[in-house]
Amino acid sequence: MIPSFWRKIKYRYDLIGTHCKKCGRYYYPPRNLCPRCRRKGEIEEVKLPEKGKVLSYTVVYERCPVVIALIELENGTKILSQLSCKPEEVKDGMEVVRVFRKYGETSDDGIIYYGTKFVPCY
Amino acid sequence: MRVAIIGSGCSRFGELWEKGFREIYLEAGLKAIEDAGIEGKEINALYVGNMSAGMFLGQEHVAALIADYAGLAELNIPAVRVEAADASGAVAFREAYLAIKSGLFDVVVAAGVEKVTDVSDQSKIVSSAADQEWECFFGANLASLYALIAKIHMKKFGGGEEDLALIAVKNHKNAVNNPIAHYRREISVEDVLSSPYVAEPLKVLDSAPISDGAAALVLASEEFARRVCDDPVFVEACCQASDYLALQSREDLTSMKAVVKASRKAYKRAGIDSKDVDVAELHDVFTIAEIIQYEDLGFCKKGEGYKLIREGITCLNGDIPVNTSGGLKACGHAAGASGIRQIAEIVDQLRGKAGKRQVDAEIGLSLSVGGTGATAVVTVLRR
Repeated sequence: MIPSFWRKIKYRYDLIGTHCKKCGRYYYPPRNLCPRCRRKGEIEEVKLPEKGKVLSYTVVYERCPVVIALIELENGTKILSQLSCKPEEVKDGMEVVRVFRKYGETSDDGIIYYGTKFVPCY
Repeated sequence: MRVAIIGSGCSRFGELWEKGFREIYLEAGLKAIEDAGIEGKEINALYVGNMSAGMFLGQEHVAALIADYAGLAELNIPAVRVEAADASGAVAFREAYLAIKSGLFDVVVAAGVEKVTDVSDQSKIVSSAADQEWECFFGANLASLYALIAKIHMKKFGGGEEDLALIAVKNHKNAVNNPIAHYRREISVEDVLSSPYVAEPLKVLDSAPISDGAAALVLASEEFARRVCDDPVFVEACCQASDYLALQSREDLTSMKAVVKASRKAYKRAGIDSKDVDVAELHDVFTIAEIIQYEDLGFCKKGEGYKLIREGITCLNGDIPVNTSGGLKACGHAAGASGIRQIAEIVDQLRGKAGKRQVDAEIGLSLSVGGTGATAVVTVLRR
């Protein structure tokens, strides 16, 4: 699991996505090939906006409630992520901003998964 | 040249503690072959849908294993395992259909099997149908992805949790008369609404169970079918489409584009309209899915799926009965087997063998979806 996580660190920690210079569309997760332009497209890596709004959210009840949300960033890119807040704080359309948070760990002495979560903008 | 279904068989669906992978498969396979009235040596090839024997059982290479334990080892026929999450069975069926349609084979078995109750971490395995790196990493599972879809659909079109509950109630009612069903008992709207949330707004009773089960169909060329079978069911179309795997990549989450595309291709190929469908088996892995599929298949206008269930149009005695078997919700959902099991129900309906679930039907449709809609297979059958 270490290499599969390590090689994506840039995209997970810093919210790096891709942009097709040909059609102007943004992609997160990053893509090596633009699905609209295919081989005619021109993909570059870009830092995505830090703010967005909640398009849809749900609360998953496992050990503790986890809020999963589909977020639309300011440039229209959609991203699935966790909201780091209480379920009752969330509303559709709410403005959120990205933060750096822990996601989990493989075991007591294993690697720790960090990544991007979102919190409400207050 | 047309392709016919001349035999079908299903194991019971549910928690089959007494039976392993091989026994479940064999039960369905033998029933199908006996129903077809053929001999093993007449089978040219075997296609098996299986989602995840590797994770559920630590067993891969299952197509050869199944051919072996189905008594076909001495015949050395090609055996192919097909995987497309919980659409595996339907995709295997399509490969079998294409193999006959190509003229290469006369008789092919299409089967599906899943044995899930030998492990405890089933929901994680089932969620591997979603994007592991960019959905599941963030804590999403299959239920939560369908929940996101449900909320967007409800916000746009105004249905409520009571409407979702009506789907579960209908499908449980149908399953009472299905001897292979996982849950042969009725439930009330109140039961559904008071069951705990899995992922808001979806509750335990909005969700299909993760079942053991197997199903098998014998397909044949029309010429062979006419020779051995009095009541063949013809495959008028079997069309498949794919879409973006992860939700965030799709433009519109109120619709499953792969379902729209596959169904329109299938209607065109079969020379029918959505209005011509007399009975249908849909992929109600969560209740919201059945409502969205009514719309995507053209049974009603976009956004009006709720009306079909509110007005009873998809009930057993309605204009277009949906999930007469009990659906994935109540007949049970054995990932790799469900696509075959759904087609087997339509075959029973068209041959007049559905017992107390029987409806009057000449044209039937089956829809299987992989994961949250990145694979869709629409099969149109006619008696």
